[in-house]
Amino acid sequence: MKVKQQVERIMNAVFLLCGMVSIAAVALITLYMIWAGLPAIIEVGPVDFLFGTVWKSTAADPKFGILPFILTSVWGMVGALLLGVPVGVLTAVFLAKLAPEKLANLVRPAVELLAGIPSVVYGLIGMIVLVPAVMDFFKLKSGSNLFSAILVLTIMVLPNIISVSETALRAVPKEYEEASLGLGATWIETVFRVSIPAARSGIVAGIVLGAGRAVGEAMAVMMVAGNVANMPGLFKSVRFLTTAVASEMSYAADGSLQKQALFSIGLVLFVFIMLINWGLHKFLKRGEDQ
Amino acid sequence: MSNNIILQAKDLHLYYGQTEALKGIDFEIQEKKITALIGPSGCGKSTFLKTLNRMNDLIPSVSITGEVLFQGKNILEKDVDVTQLRRQIGMVFQKPNPFPMSIYDNIAYGPRLHGNHSRSELDELVERSLRGAALWDEVKDRLKKSAMGLSGGQQQRLCIARALAVQPDVLLMDEPTSALDPGSTLRIEDLMADLKKDYTVVIVTHNMQQAARISDQTAFFLTGNLVEYGNTGDLFANPKDKKTEDYITGRFG
Repeated sequence: MKVKQQVERIMNAVFLLCGMVSIAAVALITLYMIWAGLPAIIEVGPVDFLFGTVWKSTAADPKFGILPFILTSVWGMVGALLLGVPVGVLTAVFLAKLAPEKLANLVRPAVELLAGIPSVVYGLIGMIVLVPAVMDFFKLKSGSNLFSAILVLTIMVLPNIISVSETALRAVPKEYEEASLGLGATWIETVFRVSIPAARSGIVAGIVLGAGRAVGEAMAVMMVAGNVANMPGLFKSVRFLTTAVASEMSYAADGSLQKQALFSIGLVLFVFIMLINWGLHKFLKRGEDQ
Repeated sequence: MSNNIILQAKDLHLYYGQTEALKGIDFEIQEKKITALIGPSGCGKSTFLKTLNRMNDLIPSVSITGEVLFQGKNILEKDVDVTQLRRQIGMVFQKPNPFPMSIYDNIAYGPRLHGNHSRSELDELVERSLRGAALWDEVKDRLKKSAMGLSGGQQQRLCIARALAVQPDVLLMDEPTSALDPGSTLRIEDLMADLKKDYTVVIVTHNMQQAARISDQTAFFLTGNLVEYGNTGDLFANPKDKKTEDYITGRFG
């Protein structure tokens, strides 16, 4: 009896410890990002840093304005969601509610595979196939631009949106759907009027996850977006918050303002993702009963 | 006595895959009466009920032979508009299953589905349906609140109101009180007595006392067969079949 109680207590401690590890990691990362990111923001001045439109970190008279990166990341995410949400949610509906079981069992692993492909592979295929195709199709000098990046990001956010939404749609109680059918609704009417609203919070979670991935992705977009610190335009070469950090980190001198500014970009990205999570939840869940 | 037949089953066989769940049912249901289907679990009474508005279509392995005539037309035919059929033959399920929406939207769901979006008509229909289900006084001040906040008994009456809102001819009830407490059960039984003025009610029940209390006609099912049916009073007082007698006197089931 005593041994059992002791085991119980020890296991409780183990669980507590495991829980603490992730909390501690988040807390430490947050603290470190603030500590490492703030100096450059203060030195450049928060307004000049956040709203400056010119980034010339290695010029004789360096400029550290990251508005181009911020806007590029915003447009990249918005574009990827505009394309990815309808396709993703409808695919989830198809898999959960419409497809014959055999077909669904064929498509689902394909979607899961999509999630498992390393982002550098997306980048490679984007570079070799997509970028030339965009160049030809729109008759541009170069296909490395925001539009190509949005297309790649769209494909990359699809698995997140699809798999989380599908799970949510499958969890909708059968009773709701029966009630709707019993009232003379067709299956499609039932799916759109009952199943999707009932699965709403799960679908929102999928979209937020997708948004996070779109904003946080670095490697694939670096390879297809041209990586030039322009203010964003659909067919302009652009640089994202993530790629701004990744592309200069390797040669920025330790202790230089440039390196500190890269940490500051990291901090902005970090805050940005927090805001998106919070904001999208608020926005998409408004009007929800409870 | 006007005994109009509204629903009639003729030699109805139903199979789940290879298993025969209904073994040749011949049965007539009278208009504006309450018909109770009783019998032990697995006897086919719920399966029969769901055949009446084709809810069995949802189960892929089901195959059916025979006829079910509704207003003279065989509803098992392929070309029957099932959505139209289900408007006319509504259903209340065993577990209260309101949609996770407001009380108002629950009731308005059916009418909106069928193209009624006029605010004033919907308002009126919602009130009339809720009054019809004896729920109006309890919820009239919180129509915009979620239906999930209602008690189980209120939820079930909401489901009845929701079914009434599409103005059906027949109401099928699949053990509508089996998940409810005795008080709520009583209220729903009272309600059914009112409903039969305007609707034909077919109710599946596990509870023989309930069948005896509320129904005009009773049918006893056993292992896929319709053993006996007739006036409720007669069937309970003088069962013709030994098996019926054994069941209603509680010897099995």
